[in-house]
Amino acid sequence: MGPGSGLACDLTLNSVLTPELKAKYQDQDTVRRVLGRTRTIAMVGLSTHRQKASFFVATYLGSHGFRVIPVHPKAKEILGEKAYPTLLDIKDPVDLVVIFRPAHEAPRYARQAVVIGAKAFWLQLRIVSEEAAQIAEAGGLTVVMDRCVKMEHGRYDGTMHFVGMNTGILTARRARRWLPS
Amino acid sequence: MSQKENKNRGRTFGFDTRMLHAGHIPDATTGARAVPIYQTTSYVFDSADYAAQLFDLKQYGNIYTRINNPTTAVFEERMASLEEGAGGVATASGMAAQLTTMMTLLEPGDEVVASQHLYGGTMTQFVHTFRKLGVTARFVDPNDFDAWEAAITPQTKALYGETIGNPQGSVLDIARLAALGSAHYLPVIIDNTFATPYLCRPLTHGANIVVHSATKFIGGHGNSIGGVIVESGEFDYAHYGSIADPSPSYHNLRFYDTFGHHAFLMKARVETVRDTGACLSPFNAFLMIQGLETLSMRMDRHVENAQDVASYLEQHPKVDWVAYPGLESSPYHALAAKYLPKGAGSVFSFGLRGEGGAVRAKGKTFIESLNLFSHLANVGDARSLVIHPASTTHQQLSDAELVASGIGPGMIRLSVGLETKEDLLWDLDQALHVI
Repeated sequence: MGPGSGLACDLTLNSVLTPELKAKYQDQDTVRRVLGRTRTIAMVGLSTHRQKASFFVATYLGSHGFRVIPVHPKAKEILGEKAYPTLLDIKDPVDLVVIFRPAHEAPRYARQAVVIGAKAFWLQLRIVSEEAAQIAEAGGLTVVMDRCVKMEHGRYDGTMHFVGMNTGILTARRARRWLPS
Repeated sequence: MSQKENKNRGRTFGFDTRMLHAGHIPDATTGARAVPIYQTTSYVFDSADYAAQLFDLKQYGNIYTRINNPTTAVFEERMASLEEGAGGVATASGMAAQLTTMMTLLEPGDEVVASQHLYGGTMTQFVHTFRKLGVTARFVDPNDFDAWEAAITPQTKALYGETIGNPQGSVLDIARLAALGSAHYLPVIIDNTFATPYLCRPLTHGANIVVHSATKFIGGHGNSIGGVIVESGEFDYAHYGSIADPSPSYHNLRFYDTFGHHAFLMKARVETVRDTGACLSPFNAFLMIQGLETLSMRMDRHVENAQDVASYLEQHPKVDWVAYPGLESSPYHALAAKYLPKGAGSVFSFGLRGEGGAVRAKGKTFIESLNLFSHLANVGDARSLVIHPASTTHQQLSDAELVASGIGPGMIRLSVGLETKEDLLWDLDQALHVI
């Protein structure tokens, strides 16, 4: 499976955002563009526990060709990658910053994401901070909010379909394996 | 990834388009247009590490057909799309869909409050099978919202009803039940078999979970048994123990923390269906998909025929009553107008005039005089079906017991099919003439 030419329904299910904020921060072309252009992800709040959501997401992304750099206050290494206490400590270029921390901490990470020159800033499901979004946008970053990066990748990669989920994708065009360009 | 932007971004495709396309993208390798039947039990793993991640639920992927299958996944996603839910889980039958839903939500000691206008098989499952699992069902008049409220206890974990209940032909006030569920932090489960998502979409009225016997109108052909669960993804399970608490069968995984709005569906699939084995076969999934592709057209004809058959029967001197919510005489007519604007389904009951043993005998003669209506225990076939409970499914009950159970000795149940309407009216007319 895969999105083919990618004719997709508008996906507005399961978000706490208002319609205006959904249009701004969950736009499907934007999500696809962010995932398509990303190679290196810094994940703030990646847990060392294998049964935590962040660990699931990082494991998934790692096996789909992304490099996931952990940002963790104490851990030395998670999933084979060296961990850093803050985004500012990461030396390599970062394409996308993914946040697995409470909303009130998000503005601080948005500021750090701007400083390190990340291209996009992503707040996971149920994490909503308009302040953080505005900081990141002002710094030139593309922002996605209240979406799961694993679910969104799985939606376009076709794997989410394997477990019966409603991807909202509808097309009569032949599928192509979706790989980041 | 295609660098072209979505040409149809923001477009919400119509019901008929989704009936034909949702959940299936032509295969990358073969380009096959029809949905292929993946008649396989299992799937080779890319690597040992990948296999480990699959079993750990860190990847979405095919493991074993008892858990998921590419043909079945098309049926599941298509049903989810038509019901406007977050996803679907297909099951071996409609009964399995209900039981899977309940076993995913409930723990021993829990209670369910349910409408008393339920399919008899559901009633038996809720009373007897639930008892073996330590679960109690309390039944209430579906139109009495004080009764629903009064039946809710601290142990209550779900509310359950049917869009169209039989034999009364009662239409459930889904939005009102959803409001009650919301006020008490209880998921509302609706059996939408008789309406199908074409006539009613309970999730859009606030229900949380829809179950179907796909055996009926979804398939439409009467050749396969199957079921499906669709969930809205809107219920906040954060404080709902069975979904939120650590799962001992997955290394204390917390499904709600990890899968968010997919938590119930993931748990239903990878725990309940995995462990009960009540999966749908890929071949039956294929047949259900064939049915779905013509659902709207069939349902339009079903309700058109049913409306005219019900009107005909209502005016017949040998008919005592007709319980079809599409008739103005029905106490549920207003609710039908709200929830079933395209038509009130095509399964309904009517009563022959007369009392006791005499009318029981008339019912038997009537059934035996019909030529086109098939005498059998099913509904929702493309062909018209009929049954006389007093001489078949409920024959062991006395006349008094039949009346007490709301059936009565002269009750006939019809499932009006797609035949030429005049032929159906002719058949009923000649059989009524005989009695």
